[in-house]
Amino acid sequence: MRNIRRYLFFTLVSLGIFVACRKDTVPSTEETFHFSRGMYLLNEGNMSMNKASLDFYDFTTGIYERDVYKRANPSLVLGLGDVGNDLKLYGSKLYIVVNASNKIEVVDAYTAKRIKSIDLVNCRNIASANGKIYVSSYDAPVSLGVNSPNGKVVEIDTLSLNIEREVSVGRQPEGLAVSNDKLYVANSGGYNPNAYERTLSVIDLALFKEVKRIDVAINLHRVKAAEDGKIYVTSRGDYKANHASLFIIETDTDSLMRQLASPVSNFWLDDGKIYTYSTEWDSNGQKNTMLFNSFLLTDLTTGFPYIHDGTESRITMPYGIAVDPNTKRIYLADAKNYVSPGTLYEFDATGNLINSFETGDIPAHMCFLGLN
Amino acid sequence: MGLNKRLSFLAFGFILYRLFTFSHAYAQTNEMDTVAVYGAKNTLQVQSPVPVQILTSQELQGLNSLSLADATRFLSGVQLKDYGGVGGLKTINVRSMGANHTQVFLDGIAIGNMQNGQVDLGKFSLENIEEISLYSGDRQRLLQPAKSFASASYMYLQSKTPKFQEGKPVNLSFGFKSGSFALINPSLLFEKKINNHLNATVSTEYMQASGRYKFRLQDPNYDTTAVRENADIRAFRAESTLSGTWLSGDWRSHVYLYTSDRGLPEAIVANRLKPTEPDKGQRQKDRNIFLQSSYRKEFERYSFLANAKYANDYTHYLNPNIIRIEGPLANDFLQQEVFLSLANRYQVNTQWHLSLSTDWQWNKLDANLDDFAYPTRFTTLVSLTSLYEVNRFIVQSNLLATLVQDHAEYGPAGGRKRRLSPAISLSLQPFEYPDFRIRAFYKDIFRMPTFNDLYYTDVGNTLLKPEQVSQFNLGATYIKSLPGKIRQVSVQTDAYYHTISDKIIATPANNQFRWIMYNLDRVKTKGVEALAKVVYQASEKFNATASLRYNLEEALNITDEQTDHQAINRGEQVPYIPKHSGSLTLQMYYRRFRLNYSFLYTGERYSQAANRSENYLQPWYTHDMSIGKEDLAFVKKIKLNLMLEINNFFNQPYEVVTNFPMPGRNFRLRVSLKY
Repeated sequence: MRNIRRYLFFTLVSLGIFVACRKDTVPSTEETFHFSRGMYLLNEGNMSMNKASLDFYDFTTGIYERDVYKRANPSLVLGLGDVGNDLKLYGSKLYIVVNASNKIEVVDAYTAKRIKSIDLVNCRNIASANGKIYVSSYDAPVSLGVNSPNGKVVEIDTLSLNIEREVSVGRQPEGLAVSNDKLYVANSGGYNPNAYERTLSVIDLALFKEVKRIDVAINLHRVKAAEDGKIYVTSRGDYKANHASLFIIETDTDSLMRQLASPVSNFWLDDGKIYTYSTEWDSNGQKNTMLFNSFLLTDLTTGFPYIHDGTESRITMPYGIAVDPNTKRIYLADAKNYVSPGTLYEFDATGNLINSFETGDIPAHMCFLGLN
Repeated sequence: MGLNKRLSFLAFGFILYRLFTFSHAYAQTNEMDTVAVYGAKNTLQVQSPVPVQILTSQELQGLNSLSLADATRFLSGVQLKDYGGVGGLKTINVRSMGANHTQVFLDGIAIGNMQNGQVDLGKFSLENIEEISLYSGDRQRLLQPAKSFASASYMYLQSKTPKFQEGKPVNLSFGFKSGSFALINPSLLFEKKINNHLNATVSTEYMQASGRYKFRLQDPNYDTTAVRENADIRAFRAESTLSGTWLSGDWRSHVYLYTSDRGLPEAIVANRLKPTEPDKGQRQKDRNIFLQSSYRKEFERYSFLANAKYANDYTHYLNPNIIRIEGPLANDFLQQEVFLSLANRYQVNTQWHLSLSTDWQWNKLDANLDDFAYPTRFTTLVSLTSLYEVNRFIVQSNLLATLVQDHAEYGPAGGRKRRLSPAISLSLQPFEYPDFRIRAFYKDIFRMPTFNDLYYTDVGNTLLKPEQVSQFNLGATYIKSLPGKIRQVSVQTDAYYHTISDKIIATPANNQFRWIMYNLDRVKTKGVEALAKVVYQASEKFNATASLRYNLEEALNITDEQTDHQAINRGEQVPYIPKHSGSLTLQMYYRRFRLNYSFLYTGERYSQAANRSENYLQPWYTHDMSIGKEDLAFVKKIKLNLMLEINNFFNQPYEVVTNFPMPGRNFRLRVSLKY
């Protein structure tokens, strides 16, 4: 018996040694930022990894700050959340749509400190106008019940930060933009690849009612308004016969004006120009084919490559684009294989690479702070 | 180590002390048998030319396991993917080759899943299991289906064979488990000897659990608790076997039914510690039916084994958060399989045996997905094996021919694939001294792309090639039986090296909403496995077995730079593969008391391919123990076993899969009545 007890004693002691091998972590202190001029970049993070993160490229110091949301708000449980789907700078606040976390995070644009978190199930994209924020959601309006396939757009007051009105739109609404006192919402119908939506909902902002649906193309996605009031909308296509494409809508008559000849996955409008890129899976070659072109809004037929130094061959999966309206520098985000940190490429106006930075996972959405 | 933990250790020590100083004079029952069983199994393990780990039902009794999945945690080189709770999906990854490279067999016949190639081990109860063995490499046996030569690793499950005492043609046992997660789990096993040539068994089981448990999220900056939702399960299993002899051969037929309805717990992410309204959680219903039969007959030099199986597996998946035009997303999948096999063995002389096995298999998958391909696959396997065995030397070599032909009702099909796969394994006793042996094997094998890989609407890629694995293993074993109190000591260590090429992974296709399956990655794995066992018998009243398992593994992504594909994370450890992992189990008998303790350790890992701090996962380790009393005379002829399990008794918060928190301390009571 004595022997057994001795063995047990040794066993317990050795277990005790085993137990002591977790790394100790120290609490991080809340950082206080004073951003004034630069660019926010929202990393989506792969779904269910809870890895959405916010980076800030500080133009005053030239420093690329990673993960500023977490650093400014370290004690918030599980951080920014799962899948950062869109962001918008409006007034002194930055609004971040976190899709799988069912929320819109409102943070101070200069410190990245949280002001409020607004719950919205399956929220997608964001637009702003006249002191209001508009967010699309796949979730049906309360009046339609939870089993309605139709989505909605909510209106959030930027002072109260409460949802004040909501309107039913088509199925699985994506991008949205305001022009001519109307809100244009892309209906995708993405949950039914056998029956995609093909319309853009037009919402009268005063009435907050859908007044028209413009037939454009299947599976609509991104929507942006140009300075001249026209609406630019992309279709994702169906990954088969229908390619990703860009369409232009006239907002006086709310009718389809024309389609860009070249395929477009994503774009940025700046100063009479449209910067686009497209990626298409080529099943024969088992690879993605990519195009990086800009067009004059007055022409839209001749594409001009905006990368001139061959950097495009280093890009695996272009995932976000932005152009600084002041410096005309071009920012391209590469999401690579979606499960690794991405890269942000910075080009000067002549298309030569100036800098590249390592981002979070799936860098995607950008906006500029401190524009004149 | 905190004060609480120290106190727990003291308490644990005290319980042990009380147990072993307690003295009653009970007659010894079957402790000696236990030792004998361990001994025989250990001999098999150390003489095998390929690494094999065996868990017998005796050992399983002492490993706090509700399902087969729980038990596999105690095997070295195995990573169990566990999303937590009772109902969640549980699959294993052996030596980091991926779940698709381990084939699971029940009584010698493979359990298939052509849809995703993974068997959910959480579905399998241990109630009717006699033994689990895990082979990293081909089992040293000739009379088996060609499928037993067609994987990188194999898990063999052996169901209980009835044993009847003289003059008692009926055995009946009733089991009941209950405990945390509102678990209710009754089971019944009935065995009858109909005549000298015919035995019948019926085994049935029902399980329900709410799956609700408190979990804790800890970060240096916050600490919060929440309750796991939508991890409930209701499952029912019924199976029956008939076995006997016919024309001086052995036959066996097995019919099996399993149904379940369960919640699929989702990742715990910010703002969704519990499902947000009107979030309702995803559900899955399963219904598995199979019928399998085998017949074996031995002649003087020739013997054969015929196997046949039909399986029908239905799965219903519901996602109430994806509202399509026709309502919430609901998918139905129906898989069917027909398997026929004939294995022949011929004894050339006393040292040399040959075998030829031919398998033919048909698989079909139906699904109500948009634009679904409705694939069918015909697989033919032919395997030629030679086993040469002299006193101190065993060599088994095998050549496997695979022919796979796919058809799709709509769209392109995967086409035809033909491969030849060689394998060789040997075991050598280098010295006169019989206790020490050396073993080695080489095997070249592949896995076919699954139906999901090839045909899943919009994701599948019919141009996929099979995923190729080359395995090398070199090991040494030592076993020593002793006359003293330490009855037996055994050690097995193996070093292995393998490369996987054309690894099938999901890669982003033309945009973020669409992924596609692609042959891209290469992985190089080096590892060492060690298993040491000591069987100790202090007296007739007391015996104990201690097992220590350790695994060191480096599994690196070595994907080359290719045109159009940047090499990302090259040279970094594959996600979820710890460098160090291991377990320690102690099983003790004192008279009729049982005391079991187990410790599981999984070292630091990364949740994603990029090995950096934000993907870093802390090591986790759980201490489980159980205490019980066996063979209590209840009423005349009826014996009662009682066992209380305490799992994760230090209440450590941990995650096996990132964002899927596991339960803290939990309890289970097992009662069984045997007639």
